[in-house]
Amino acid sequence: MAEKPIQGEKRVFMTGNEVVAWAALAAKADIMYGYPITPQNEIMHYWTRMAPKYGKRFLQTEDELSAGFTTLGGVLAGRKAFTATAGPGNTLMQEPLSMAEMMRIPSVVIIQQRGGPSTATVIYSQQEVTMTTYGGNGEGFRIVYSTANHQELFDYTIKAFNTAWKYRFPTFVLGDGYQAKMRESLTIYDPEDRGIELVKTEPFIGKEPVNGEKQPVHIRNTYNTEEELFEVITKYLEDYTRITPEIIEHQEFDCEDADIVVVSHGVVSRAAKGAVQELRNAGLKVGYFRPVTLRPFPADRLRAVADGTKTLLMVESSLGQMAKLVKDAIFGSTVAIATLFKPGVGVTSEEIVTKVKGML
Amino acid sequence: MTMVPQMPKSWRLETKPHKFCPGCGHGLVLKALGEAIDELGIQDKVVFGADIGCSLLAWDFFNVDTVQTHHGRTTPVVTGVKRANPDVICIAYMGDGGGYAIGSQHLVNAAARNERITAILVNNCNYAMTGGQMAPTTLPGMKTETTPYGRDIKETGYPTQGPEMVAAITREGSYIARGTIANLKQLKSFLKKALENQMAGNGFSFVEALSTCPTNWRTNAKDTWAFVEKEMTKYFKVGELKNPAAKEGE
Amino acid sequence: MSKTVKIALAGEGGQGVQSVAEIIAEAANEEGREALYIPNFGVEQRGGVSVAYLQIGTEHIGSPKFQKADIVMALSDRAVKRTRQYVDERTTFVYDTSIEGVEEELPKNAGRILGIPAIEVSKNELHPRVFNIIIMGAVIKATGVVSEEEARAAIEKKLGYKFEQNPDLRELNFKAIARGMELVEKAQ
Repeated sequence: MAEKPIQGEKRVFMTGNEVVAWAALAAKADIMYGYPITPQNEIMHYWTRMAPKYGKRFLQTEDELSAGFTTLGGVLAGRKAFTATAGPGNTLMQEPLSMAEMMRIPSVVIIQQRGGPSTATVIYSQQEVTMTTYGGNGEGFRIVYSTANHQELFDYTIKAFNTAWKYRFPTFVLGDGYQAKMRESLTIYDPEDRGIELVKTEPFIGKEPVNGEKQPVHIRNTYNTEEELFEVITKYLEDYTRITPEIIEHQEFDCEDADIVVVSHGVVSRAAKGAVQELRNAGLKVGYFRPVTLRPFPADRLRAVADGTKTLLMVESSLGQMAKLVKDAIFGSTVAIATLFKPGVGVTSEEIVTKVKGML
Repeated sequence: MTMVPQMPKSWRLETKPHKFCPGCGHGLVLKALGEAIDELGIQDKVVFGADIGCSLLAWDFFNVDTVQTHHGRTTPVVTGVKRANPDVICIAYMGDGGGYAIGSQHLVNAAARNERITAILVNNCNYAMTGGQMAPTTLPGMKTETTPYGRDIKETGYPTQGPEMVAAITREGSYIARGTIANLKQLKSFLKKALENQMAGNGFSFVEALSTCPTNWRTNAKDTWAFVEKEMTKYFKVGELKNPAAKEGE
Repeated sequence: MSKTVKIALAGEGGQGVQSVAEIIAEAANEEGREALYIPNFGVEQRGGVSVAYLQIGTEHIGSPKFQKADIVMALSDRAVKRTRQYVDERTTFVYDTSIEGVEEELPKNAGRILGIPAIEVSKNELHPRVFNIIIMGAVIKATGVVSEEEARAAIEKKLGYKFEQNPDLRELNFKAIARGMELVEKAQ
């Protein structure tokens, strides 16, 4: 078997899907399960080319239900297992992922959002926010990182495995078709060389007997009574609330004296950043806020920002799926709300600049 | 002196008596399976997956590692386990609705890929847990909650013949059989061979077990038994369809 | 170069616009500049116009696609129609002069419109297989995003293994770059 997949630090120029495959290798993922869907296919393509060299495995399943459930099986066996999907595949995957929520199975899923509803486009959108954060029948006990560039795609894919296994909640890296297919530079590295400790895995089932004694485990997602379920959910909520401050991440600048704060996430935040910088250079009081974790949401900080400004301008490639999370987070604030929603379509800096100038 | 019924060693005593309805065949299938596990000495190596439906009630049945999954999804869950850890012996335990309707694509594709797992499917001709609706295995003319005037094959097609279907799509290495709770000795031998086939790394193994559901059939003991022995076997032929070991031995 | 240069390349499938964009992006990246390249993809790419979006600058690139390009290069009738939307008064619009009857379709609002006979040159003078390399020469001349040397190095990196077997091929490719640059120079 070859040694570490990544030696030292390396500046590379590649597509986002290739980045994810490298990151999964760097995170020492053991097995990927997957089903073809655009725009995530090349994650599987790169994984199946590289993985065997490092003793890793792959299974192509019959659909995303199966890709999701086999991933859960792999995790239950104590392996770092992951899958990737998009659009209608994400819809199917909500079933296994609700099981992951109920059973606290640390699965890792990469989502490359495409247009919706239905088959729509295979290209791009930010329309899988609601589904990825709160999909399935459940309460959204999940962790969702929304990345904006290839460096983050690499960093957060590695982080997703650690977060999942540390906190035992299903964890998602929410990318999109643009990030999947575009090429740009980033630095790839071995996380342990950088001092990032990789969280150890352990089997839920199929454990070796200890001192010759096997202690069988029985795990389930079905409960007999309402009270029994309530107790479990209450405990999960306590856990989730307790760890939220450790998990939430956001970025902001120029919010202190801003009259308008532009709120965006994922790839759209690239455009927002450029726009806010340009507007500031023009002497306009505009700020930038970007939630990196969409679930849990950096609610307290955004609430404070909302209270200190006049208007939040929410920009996203959907009809307000992020905006719902924002409004929930700032409930009670009297800040004005403006929107620039382009469902299934990219947003450029120029559009945001024009929008803001029209508001001032 | 009270008689203590003999239980397989791999059964979990704390959860007995079990929760299946009186006259239900699940207990017998699980007894045959428990004895097969005992005789093969694999209790510590088994990962048992339980589907939704009445098979769900098997989730705490054995003293083996058990994961209860979703309706129809036990096959992919244990496939995922086996692919990630080939050292364990994986059993997917499901009903006819789980295996032949909502999870049929998983059964078909696991079989086609020759997954090294053992699927056990209990056929009682209806969706029992949800109150007795038509299942893929409901016999022609049979009354259920959703076929109150009897299953009309012109409307709903013929019952699924699972082992025959699986036999048609598998190649070498698969073990396929249909047993019945009316012949527990034979059923146990089928289950044992199915597990041995997995342990030998040959390929997919599949056993359908004809079973009873007096609660939903609304039959007394005599009629229940007559139905499984006479009516079901007219349509569902009992026996081995594929056995890699037999070929080598003969 | 302080500003990010935005380039849209469009052509029919097989004209190689995607590989041109990729090679230029990689060449710029090799030089330590920031580059972002994204193809149009999806159902449209099958039998549709192939568009490559390329941005090169000194700082991190913003959104992957853009509204208006600095340079648009359109290599077919359909490509001209498809890329008019990326043109404004600051755009240089380059098209191939062998596209018949396209004059009416050209974006009148473009800052500059340049017609180059790249298809003809590739057919009659060099070789059809280096058509995309001629285009690459034209792009780097029109944009200045990478130098001729850098472009040569990038091609060497990409096709070096072929050049080993057939050194004439190297000559042909390098000539194609130079010729592409020349075409733009003359058209200006």
